[in-house]
Amino acid sequence: MRHWWKLLGAVLVVGASITALRVPLAPALVHSSADRLAPGEQAFRITGYNTHFDQRVRPYVWLATDDAKFCATTVQVEGTGSLSATFDIPNGLGGQLAHLVVFSPTDGVLPLYDAVWTGDGGTPLPDRNCDVTPLAMKPFDFSFPNRSLLYETIRNLNFHVPMWFTMMLLQLVAVVYSVRTLRSNSLRDDDAALQAVNVSLLFAALGLITGSIWARATWGAWWTNDTKLNGAAVTTLIYLAYLVLRGSVPEPSKRARLAAIYNIFAFVLMLVFVMVLPRLTDSLHPGNGGNPAFSQYDLDDQLRLVFYPAVLGWMLVGTWAFTLKLRLSRLEHALDENDR
Amino acid sequence: MELREITGLLRMEFLLDLRQRAAWGGMLLYVVSAIYVCYLGVRGALPVPVWNALFWIILLFAAFNALVRSFQREDAGRQVYLYTLAGPRSVVLARTLYNALTMLVLSLLSLLFYVLFLGTDALGEAQVGQFVLVVALGGVGLAAVLTLISAIAARAGSGLGLMAILGFPVVLPMLLSVMRASKGALDGLPWSVNSTYVLWIVALDVLTVALAWLLFPYLWRD
Repeated sequence: MRHWWKLLGAVLVVGASITALRVPLAPALVHSSADRLAPGEQAFRITGYNTHFDQRVRPYVWLATDDAKFCATTVQVEGTGSLSATFDIPNGLGGQLAHLVVFSPTDGVLPLYDAVWTGDGGTPLPDRNCDVTPLAMKPFDFSFPNRSLLYETIRNLNFHVPMWFTMMLLQLVAVVYSVRTLRSNSLRDDDAALQAVNVSLLFAALGLITGSIWARATWGAWWTNDTKLNGAAVTTLIYLAYLVLRGSVPEPSKRARLAAIYNIFAFVLMLVFVMVLPRLTDSLHPGNGGNPAFSQYDLDDQLRLVFYPAVLGWMLVGTWAFTLKLRLSRLEHALDENDR
Repeated sequence: MELREITGLLRMEFLLDLRQRAAWGGMLLYVVSAIYVCYLGVRGALPVPVWNALFWIILLFAAFNALVRSFQREDAGRQVYLYTLAGPRSVVLARTLYNALTMLVLSLLSLLFYVLFLGTDALGEAQVGQFVLVVALGGVGLAAVLTLISAIAARAGSGLGLMAILGFPVVLPMLLSVMRASKGALDGLPWSVNSTYVLWIVALDVLTVALAWLLFPYLWRD
């Protein structure tokens, strides 16, 4: 079984992709009808996503600050993803942001952070406790985290990020072969570098497409002027320029050397650009300028359980594609030799 | 590689340029024309970010134009001659140094003409000393990155077109850092804040020169 890793790659990619698309999102609150507190009776309509409000036991709803818990007087369930909670708000509140919390027996504690503003200046929210009877633990469900802004697009993590990792792996392979080309002057090494670049460009294209769709969904634009995105664009441009350089030198051994030199030079500068520069500047992209990277997201082991296999699988499949391209190109060269 | 070799090569470059004064004149004329076209095009004061960006775009293209000659003016005969005289690493260091000097002068002259034509409104709150330092460093940085690219393009036997294609993505890290640093200087950021960028540009320069030093011998031999 010399080819076990190809099989493994294929199985991981197919398995991770299907899982990434099929696993449901965890239940969460997505909207509340009001975001300000007014004195007197006030009703909030709360919308949930993938929630189960209409179960046997009615959910509890409260407003929470750091030191107080203020419960709703009545809760009326309107459907699986919708309920209405009425609060009896005292006069003279102010100066606080409060979270809206729903406790539903099936879904657990669902917070909507900083959902309501109590208005300027005044007394803090008083404590009005309600007895939340501890209910049976909710059964373990395999689900992805449900974050505001991201929502269902969080699945894209399992496609978008592996593309870039695979691209970087292939570029590393290309640069290793370029160094070997300079030492050995062998056209075989040069050909290997070229094929690695070819496959890496495919993954760059996939990374750009998945990223662009994700950016449209979460940031509202297909492209933003952002260091990480500029890094992606520069990477793609560098390897396109590499292909242009190869195209403009007819003599094979000279082409091999020039291409190798450009590849090494550009790779190092690109690495600096992608790895160091974003840390000096702000960015919308996770992992920069105070934005949490996906790994810091409140530790979602369930997401990781799909993400790491996806990364490994795509890397194996990318390597497989590279070996296939290399074999094909060597066969073509051999055929050319025979013709002559 | 010796210091004597490098100074000798530098002297040679200088004498060559002294003999072909048209080349230098051409570079200057290119910059002045570009700035004059901008002057005709914009009319009136530019906001600071645009003023900054426009200046660097002009300087970027001037750098491409100035440095493309760097390795192209050699015919095969002189190359062989140089090869017998000096080591490749001395050649690339001397060339980089000479190009850096060229770009230093060119960028400061460009700044002069730019300010003359497009006004000093953008310099109102600027840390002028810092800005001039960044412009000088930026010119040197562009030269450092583009010297090796110019050598590759010359070896590939094509001119400005290929150099622009190869050079543009590689020069971007330098260009973006320089633009950010100069924007900071124009906005009047204190040195303690902006020095991060300036040091970063210097580090990038050193890295680029080291890479050129490492790779050039492979390019040199045929």
